[in-house]
Amino acid sequence: MKRLALYAGALLIFLWSASPFIWQFSTSFQLDRALTSGTPTLWPDPWTFEHYRNVFVEKQLHRYVLNSLFVALATTFLCLAIGSLAAFALSRLRVRGRFGILLTILSVSMFPQITLVGPLYIVASALGLLDTFTALVLIYIALVLPLVTWVLYGYLETLPREIDEAARMDGVGPLRLYWSIILPMTLPSLVTTGLLAFITAWNEFLFALAFTSNIDTQTIPIGIANFTNLYYVPWGDIAAASAVVTAPLILLVLFFQRHIIEGLTQGGIKE
Amino acid sequence: MAVPRRAWPWLLLLPTGIALGAVAFWPIVEGLRLSLTNTSLITQSADYVGLENYAGLWSDTRFWNAWWHTIWFTFASTLLETLIGLGMALVLYERFPLRGIVRAAMLVPWAMPTVVTSKMFGWLFDGQNGVVNWVLLNLGLIGEKVNWYGDPDTAMTTIIIADVWKTAPFMALLLLTGLQTIPTSLTEAARMDGARGWTVFWHIRLPLLMPTLLISGLFRALDAFRVFDLVYVLTGGGPADSTETLSTLAYKELFSTLEFGYGSTITTAMFLTEAALAAILCLWLVRQIRRVT
Repeated sequence: MKRLALYAGALLIFLWSASPFIWQFSTSFQLDRALTSGTPTLWPDPWTFEHYRNVFVEKQLHRYVLNSLFVALATTFLCLAIGSLAAFALSRLRVRGRFGILLTILSVSMFPQITLVGPLYIVASALGLLDTFTALVLIYIALVLPLVTWVLYGYLETLPREIDEAARMDGVGPLRLYWSIILPMTLPSLVTTGLLAFITAWNEFLFALAFTSNIDTQTIPIGIANFTNLYYVPWGDIAAASAVVTAPLILLVLFFQRHIIEGLTQGGIKE
Repeated sequence: MAVPRRAWPWLLLLPTGIALGAVAFWPIVEGLRLSLTNTSLITQSADYVGLENYAGLWSDTRFWNAWWHTIWFTFASTLLETLIGLGMALVLYERFPLRGIVRAAMLVPWAMPTVVTSKMFGWLFDGQNGVVNWVLLNLGLIGEKVNWYGDPDTAMTTIIIADVWKTAPFMALLLLTGLQTIPTSLTEAARMDGARGWTVFWHIRLPLLMPTLLISGLFRALDAFRVFDLVYVLTGGGPADSTETLSTLAYKELFSTLEFGYGSTITTAMFLTEAALAAILCLWLVRQIRRVT
């Protein structure tokens, strides 16, 4: 009896998590005629690639994908570089007010982003940075930095200090210590935090909406949000685009799932 | 190198300081300054007006309307996500075949772009051809099609459902790691003494899980308060302002009317509300955690 309830619960959780996306995936292969027929079917009949064609040929989804890819990768690498320096300093060097600094960094992750967007817009506009990747990347770095620093710091704190203390005895300076000893040891955590940074930048909507106005710089979320025709909502096209931009994330997440959960709980909960 | 030893940590923290200072702290202060002016990108005015904007805000029904919506959304979604997440975590804690697959699937809603979630729920809850209406009609739970997010009465509920869908599984995974840190010797000892499943949960697991539960809830609430993507894409704040939240209202004020002075008043008020919320919840949390441990 108890086992039965357990299986039912597990099945329910799986359906909860997966079924909306499965339906979206199925929708992307169905003809508009089938979608509006009044009786939904899960298995497309007949199959069509029309929506994928629309999305890539007419709406040029690949251009948004490339923009997003560039912005997300640049954010990830710069953020890891900056964040790992900070985490290293906080964990391994003598810093006065360490706890205060950590809390200040953490508090940033709770600022309402809408509060930042107005003043930053005025500055970006004055500097001619509207419609540039530069503005997006600079902002995303700051948005992701608190999480990256905390998770890396948490990870560094779990690493034994014997190795770097021995190195310091031998007269190794802080930069060498960071580059040749700490950074290689942090690699697993760098992968996790890099992934989190990538996902955040890939999914970000508010700043991209405010700061970009044409397809040369707009990222995927903006592309998809603008997928509305004048007279009807092209659900099939939207589903196809959703599948294209979500599938890589799902693969990444499935592949790294253990690291993600560990990384997040380390940074967010245990501290 | 000529860098003195004590300067190193500050040198390494400098990039982080500059990034957060320029993109997070400075805008807050600048927003406060703008909120005391009549800055408009249309008329090019930028004069100091004192507290005039705040007086206007106080009697602005649109603002209070959005304020209450945001509070309701924050409260309802956080509560549901914590409870459902807890239920899911308890299931996941037990061993069963294919557990790894279920756990992996739970990361999908979290990893998906919120804009996609929004569009996806737009299709699921579509008033005409939505599959939710079809299922509910066939189960006999509703008599006629419901215009979920097109009707002021149900629009906010639809948005809360979408948010709960996206976040509850993730909450469950956070709570699961909390559950796993509870020593099994405790629960086993209780079972030896004849305690039933429910008693074990209520008297041992729940109190020990409480700190994790409260902290996850706190972070979730502060995050829910900022909701923007979901609302902006699904309803744009409508119909009839029934889903307008502080973020969407402020965005429209800033980028549709280009009233940066008054828009900044809204965002500053929002920042203050969030700070107050954080302070209250933190204090309450510290007291709760002290009480149970």
